[in-house]
Amino acid sequence: MSLVSLDEVHKYYGENHVLKGVDLRVNAGEVVSIIGRSGSGKSTLLRCLNGLEEYQQGAVIVDNQSVENDDYKLRLLSRSVGMVFQNFNLFPHMTVGENVMLATKLVLKKSVTESRQLAEELLAKVGLADKFDAYPGNLSGGQQQRVAIARSLAMSPKVLLCDEITSALDPELVGEVLKVLEQLKEEGMTLILVTHEMNFARDVGDRVVFMNQGKVWETGPSDEVFANPQTDELKSFLAAVR
Amino acid sequence: MVQFTDWDILKNLLLAARWTILLSLLAFAGGGLFGLILTLLRSMRNTFITRVIQCYVEVFQGVPLLMQLFLTFFGLSLLGIEVDAWTAAILSLTLFSSAFFHDIWRGCIEALPKGQWEACRTLGFTYMQTMRYIIVPQAMRMSIAPTVGFSVQIVKGTALASVIGFVELTKAGTMINNAVFEPFKVFALVALLYFVICFPLSVLARYLESKNHVTR
Repeated sequence: MSLVSLDEVHKYYGENHVLKGVDLRVNAGEVVSIIGRSGSGKSTLLRCLNGLEEYQQGAVIVDNQSVENDDYKLRLLSRSVGMVFQNFNLFPHMTVGENVMLATKLVLKKSVTESRQLAEELLAKVGLADKFDAYPGNLSGGQQQRVAIARSLAMSPKVLLCDEITSALDPELVGEVLKVLEQLKEEGMTLILVTHEMNFARDVGDRVVFMNQGKVWETGPSDEVFANPQTDELKSFLAAVR
Repeated sequence: MVQFTDWDILKNLLLAARWTILLSLLAFAGGGLFGLILTLLRSMRNTFITRVIQCYVEVFQGVPLLMQLFLTFFGLSLLGIEVDAWTAAILSLTLFSSAFFHDIWRGCIEALPKGQWEACRTLGFTYMQTMRYIIVPQAMRMSIAPTVGFSVQIVKGTALASVIGFVELTKAGTMINNAVFEPFKVFALVALLYFVICFPLSVLARYLESKNHVTR
């Protein structure tokens, strides 16, 4: 049984048909990169996996839970699915440590000591042990994004969704964030990333999904897809981004 | 005929200013509380509730406070509910300021990036947890300066309560002037007292605003 599965998923924004029957399976431990032009539906697809977007037809199953528009079910789902955003979305009025601790305290009902210990471990893991008491506003973009990753990991999700998490970063800060992702992959974390980092998708990702016109246009193991694109659309896309 | 010294005039105005301040405080508290309830209801994003609140705000922002006072004072007695000037003044000022407070605070909540809500959802927070730990603390910080700023409007709005016979600063000024026939002196003093009440609030609002910018 796949960890994540989408069957014939359709999504409309009013008249606009954004996802036109998307099928996708992701197994535990896989790193899947979703690439494609803007407007191809990649972010929407990702956001359907944790209920941030509703879909109108089809089925999305993540960690044996059906993703439906139901507050209670989505809260349960949030323990299995973590998400990291392009704009970090850290809580600016809280310290880095509080950002990471809050969900374990409120949602998993862990004690403050336990939450704090976990937060310290996770921050150490992303290389920010010394920033526990800093405020997000005083950190660089790359550091903020690593805090956001630590914050998601605090819920010990089974799959981490990354929505263009390096797109808002200065070029020299991209590396430190990607390094954390590589480390997560080594630990066996399932990652689904919408990304423009083609090198990362090729070198670290197991599989690539090329979205075009609201459909999974082409998919396959990363090295093959990049070396041998089958469709004209993917060929022209790869030519354009290189 | 009784002679009024300048000190008598000032003393009586100061005594009346108590009621202006008390009425302002009650309107601030009442309007704040009711505005808060409206804001929380509105943030639940129920279409029907939102519509009702929108109408409420439009009405109370679109009708002059003076008319609201008249309608409360005379309208309620028409319905058989006797209201005294105090009740009518507090009630209308509460409703009036709740509409503005609600609008200010709604603006502050909506000014927060959508991503804050999304982050909370993906972390599994309930609506109440999201409000309490993430949204309200940030919106509150933003709203302090405009809220204090609006309290100046409330103080000045209390002057209108004089027309339904509520003896506050303005009404006391009118009454004293009727006795002493020195309109410029009396109303200059009235104006000065309003200024003494409102100016510190304006300064406070400006200070809070600048402080807020530094921490953000």
